[in-house]
Amino acid sequence: MSAPDLTRFGASPAPIGIAIAPGVLLEALRHVRDAHGYRYYVLATAIERETGFEIVHAVRRHDPEDTLFVRVHVGKDAPEVDSAAFVYAGAEWHEREIFDLFGVRFRGHPDPRRILMPDEYPGHPLRKDFAMDTPWGYRP
Amino acid sequence: MGVPAVSAAPIEVVEREFGELALNMGPQHPSTHGVLRLVLHLSGETVVKAMPVIGYLHRGVEKLSEHLAYDQLAPVYERDDYLSPTSNSNAYVLAVEKLGGIEVPRRAQWVRALACEWQRIASHLVWLGTLGLDLGGALGGGTTLYMYCFREREKILDWLEALTGTRFHTNVNMVGGVRYDPDAASRAESTAMASEIEAALPELWSMSGGNPIFQERTRGVGVISKDLALGVGVTGPTLRASGVAYDVRAASPYDAYRELPPKVVTRTAGDAEARFQVRFEEIGVSLALVRTITEGLPAGPIFSRKPIKNPKATKLPAGEAYAAVESPRGELGFHIVSDGGPKPYRLKINAPSFKNLQVIPHVVPGGLLADVVATLGSLDPVMGDVDR
Repeated sequence: MSAPDLTRFGASPAPIGIAIAPGVLLEALRHVRDAHGYRYYVLATAIERETGFEIVHAVRRHDPEDTLFVRVHVGKDAPEVDSAAFVYAGAEWHEREIFDLFGVRFRGHPDPRRILMPDEYPGHPLRKDFAMDTPWGYRP
Repeated sequence: MGVPAVSAAPIEVVEREFGELALNMGPQHPSTHGVLRLVLHLSGETVVKAMPVIGYLHRGVEKLSEHLAYDQLAPVYERDDYLSPTSNSNAYVLAVEKLGGIEVPRRAQWVRALACEWQRIASHLVWLGTLGLDLGGALGGGTTLYMYCFREREKILDWLEALTGTRFHTNVNMVGGVRYDPDAASRAESTAMASEIEAALPELWSMSGGNPIFQERTRGVGVISKDLALGVGVTGPTLRASGVAYDVRAASPYDAYRELPPKVVTRTAGDAEARFQVRFEEIGVSLALVRTITEGLPAGPIFSRKPIKNPKATKLPAGEAYAAVESPRGELGFHIVSDGGPKPYRLKINAPSFKNLQVIPHVVPGGLLADVVATLGSLDPVMGDVDR
């Protein structure tokens, strides 16, 4: 008998995975990597909520296969969270993408630059207050 | 003692220290498969540092997703990975169907798999041909292999055109089913084409994997260890060439793959040759799948919903879903957050090329400049997929 597993691939009316405090993110990721065999890095994404941003890291183990979504919540003003790039090398580009498109900063990131938008671009396009008809206004 | 004294001081040889040379490769370089820019720091001919610069093809697809209705979005993602469009829209409709609990008829699932497998073969043929171009003159002037691959690929595109009206962006997938139904003539054509392409494979192999020059250029080049592959999260054939037997079609089967588990091809060497071998063998696996699908295509409807008159009327329950498919480049996932409205609240595309390209700064340093192209070619990145 086991509890319903919300960490699997799939759909759920609630956010998938486990929510943890931002302070223990790296500790938690190291723990699942070393003690539980979640060695494969799947993705990082961010979701804008009313009170801030939710950063989601997905990691996977292969035998038996399971994908774990680890979520942390950061506030709206000057959002900042620890970078997982030294725990999972694959987080580096995903976190750069989140910084680029959401403006969430990653503490201790090895290369905290924009990745998709031009380096000098003002604004963070995936924020909800960034309108679709914002003039491009950028000349290289 | 009339001989003048020669100065005893030895001639000083001054070696010029150039230090590192920074070389900018791309974004308009033919072997970067689109618009990838690589900043390479060289010491002599050895690469000491590599920095990929991406974003030249960024089109803001994730932002656009928040402004279109669910039923309007599937064709948008076909433009991401333009070598396997059907896999892209397949991953998207899977995520939406999971979130909305929408049934897909069995025949529709098989048609999806049929289109995806044909596009996987076409995509692998493009990759093989362009790898021949990348490795250059050694392979029959470079373009021979390319032309032979494209000759076979053209048949697949013609077949897709007959089925769907387009050669590339097939628009086969809809939320709840498929749009086109292969008739008996189309299925016969598919079976015949499978035999033709299978017959051409030994020739392609002799020009690539069986060619000693090709082996020299790829063996031991760009080695990705298993640990690095897992940590960086490379996916698809690149992951399987490093000894991890993970294929979404076998590990978390979706659609028709629940009934048709494919053979998972693996290698352990992790070098460019291993990646080549995995992809080449996968062409054969896909051909076998295509045959099974064509012969056993179940009868029945291909669409489970009412005709869509107003796309904005389709609303999904609030929640979250992640669905992934095995595209020719690897695990292609869609993470959708819905707030109960007619549009996604947030949609993240987990692009396989993005993850595979990330390994470049880890494997290219220490190798030769000429091997950069071989490594890059063996990763098979599609820049539309990287930049989204």
